[in-house]
Amino acid sequence: MLRTFRIGGTHPPENKLSAGKKVRVIEAPGQVVIPLRQHIGAPAQAVVKKGDRVKAGTLLARPAGLVSAGIHSSVSGKVNKIDEIVDMSGYKQPAVYIDTEGDEWEEAIDRSETLKKECTLSSSEIVRRISEAGIVGLGGATFPTQVKLMPPPGSRAELLIINGVECEPYLTSDHALMIEKGEQILTGVSILMKAIDVHKAVIGIESNKPDAIVYFRDMVRNFPGIDIMPLKVQYPQGGEKQLIDAVIRRQIKSGALPISVGAVVQNVGTAYAVYEAVQKNKPLIERIVTVTGKGLPEPSNFLVRIGTPIRRLIEAAGGIPGDTGKIIGGGPMMGKALVSADIPVTKGCSGVLLLPKQEALRKPACNCIRCAKCVSVCPMGLNPALLMNATEFANWEVAEKNYVVDCIECGSCNFICPANRPLLDYIRSGKGKVMELIRNRKS
Amino acid sequence: MENKLIISPSPHIHSGDSINKNMYGVLIALIPAFLVSVYYFGLGALIVTVVSVLSCVLFEYLIQRFLLKTAPSVGDGSAVLTGVLLAFNLPSNLPVWIIVIGALVAIGIGKMSFGGLGNNIFNPALVGRVFLLISFPAPMTTWPLPGRLPLTYVDAATGATSLSLLNEGTGHLPSCVDMLLGNMGGSLGEVSALALLLGFAYLLIRKIITWHIPVAVVGTLVASTGLMHLIDPLSYAGPLIHLLSGGLLLGAVFMATDYVTSPMSRTGMLVYGVGIGLLTAVIRLFGSYPEGVSFAILIMNALTPLINNYFKPKHFGEK
Repeated sequence: MLRTFRIGGTHPPENKLSAGKKVRVIEAPGQVVIPLRQHIGAPAQAVVKKGDRVKAGTLLARPAGLVSAGIHSSVSGKVNKIDEIVDMSGYKQPAVYIDTEGDEWEEAIDRSETLKKECTLSSSEIVRRISEAGIVGLGGATFPTQVKLMPPPGSRAELLIINGVECEPYLTSDHALMIEKGEQILTGVSILMKAIDVHKAVIGIESNKPDAIVYFRDMVRNFPGIDIMPLKVQYPQGGEKQLIDAVIRRQIKSGALPISVGAVVQNVGTAYAVYEAVQKNKPLIERIVTVTGKGLPEPSNFLVRIGTPIRRLIEAAGGIPGDTGKIIGGGPMMGKALVSADIPVTKGCSGVLLLPKQEALRKPACNCIRCAKCVSVCPMGLNPALLMNATEFANWEVAEKNYVVDCIECGSCNFICPANRPLLDYIRSGKGKVMELIRNRKS
Repeated sequence: MENKLIISPSPHIHSGDSINKNMYGVLIALIPAFLVSVYYFGLGALIVTVVSVLSCVLFEYLIQRFLLKTAPSVGDGSAVLTGVLLAFNLPSNLPVWIIVIGALVAIGIGKMSFGGLGNNIFNPALVGRVFLLISFPAPMTTWPLPGRLPLTYVDAATGATSLSLLNEGTGHLPSCVDMLLGNMGGSLGEVSALALLLGFAYLLIRKIITWHIPVAVVGTLVASTGLMHLIDPLSYAGPLIHLLSGGLLLGAVFMATDYVTSPMSRTGMLVYGVGIGLLTAVIRLFGSYPEGVSFAILIMNALTPLINNYFKPKHFGEK
């Protein structure tokens, strides 16, 4: 029996159309638009101005505060302007527009393909390099990586858990990366282990990627302390709390951090970015993006410069199908519906999914029949129907008492509801309201 | 195309599950029991079921259309299901006019007066059934004898059920094989344990219900009647007879598991099921009614909000 997390969970159709497709490189476009906030936390502060010449890897904006991340240019060329753009979150963000000229990289970056396994840097030097490279959690949460590597005083990490789950339907970018850059990922994992001073790491991979499991099992023999754990396919196993529960059978208490059970979780994509930053001196300026959808001629995995408009990727995958009703940044369960195809790829963008109009429209909601299917799928052990009602009637006390703030917004309740009720829409707003009330109470 | 992109919050896909699918799933699970009832009670079973379903659907439509002035939603299958479940709880020789009254009470009072599907506190079919039992005790407790595709209806020859035999302490009980197959007197849908269990398996496989409520009900009833049987085997029948007779399995599998009126958490479901099992045993063993499943379920329906309040789902991070 394969392990999985122990509360709730569901299994949406996997639809991994681009699985097994080799990663194709998308050349740098004529212009990139690089938002200054591609992470959780404060937006980075621009250090370039209009007319400046930059190379690929040049710092465009430095982190503003502890929870923030630097932003680097992904192309060489000239800064056209610094202006606002609507990004994947749907909000306006300041962004640097760069007109591409040639493809010149910062000299310090080692662009060779040779694997560099040895790392003699100390823990603090590793963390500093990661921080300088602007690395954030590439699973989608985009939390600045260096923050996770500096445990709060009094706590100690015992285990590094690497997230190779990729539980979102359709997405295959992590899978493609694992197949093509396995040794680099494992080197990155070793570096991360050194950074947080642990001797054990577990890479969780769902069983729908048997090739990755076999490949990694074979390779970890050369990487002491790293284990592979195949996991049962179950959504949302890529959630940090769920993955920890699946791997070490421990559940983080409400409001606590993974470090409270001695775990640090990083995504495989992040581990690869760490390898590139520490061993090759390369900041986070590229990533793998799955471009997929049933109507798309050629669902693909692309290696893309940050700031490339997603239109370019869709064109490279065969063009926008005529019946497209929705373009989603990310997967179908937690991704965001985009307002246009001109939005640039950012660090957290693991995929672009095109849904036909038929699938994109919601069905009208009916009365709740209290079937409790939402309760049985909720991976946090909440009662979504109750939380939706509490929010609907502004009953914040009930919402708070029933742990609305613990909701991870995975969407399982909406997905399963036979009455098509927009449970998560309500719970999300209720969660925001209750968090605000809690903040006000504290201050 | 592009300026018409649809924007909505995640998730962007849906399982495709619907209220209809669940309701029709339960109806499919009831087919074996229906076929058995037609085999043993013939024309009567057919007439009672058809009348009950048609009047439930009609009343729901009329009430929504003319009283509540909302868009009729009889297509969701819930009124059909209430009709079938009501019929399954009636003797197969019940006159049409009584069935129609039962349907009116079930749909009108049991369901629509609370605001329709999802808002009712009590299982509508049981509300109708208990109303008829109290209002028309004689016709509701004379049971046609099982035959082989009989063409009789109100003129059917009648006899007692195994539970009323037990209650009065007279006569011979049917054999366990007959009870399993359904060759005994009783409400038309309750007689065959085998057919009901087949339906239960289907509901589990389709994941329409979970095992918690039925198992808790049956387990509790078997345990409590078994205990009494051990204490005094002469006065109290064995647990197998209690399990196979009356509406226990029909109630445990199809009535107690009604989504709307049962608790939402797993522990809540178990508590609710144990409550139904205990109340059924108490009514059957010590009450003046031979059968107690309907009352037990209705009482526990009333306690469901309370159970929901005390038995929350197991929250992530709790030990």
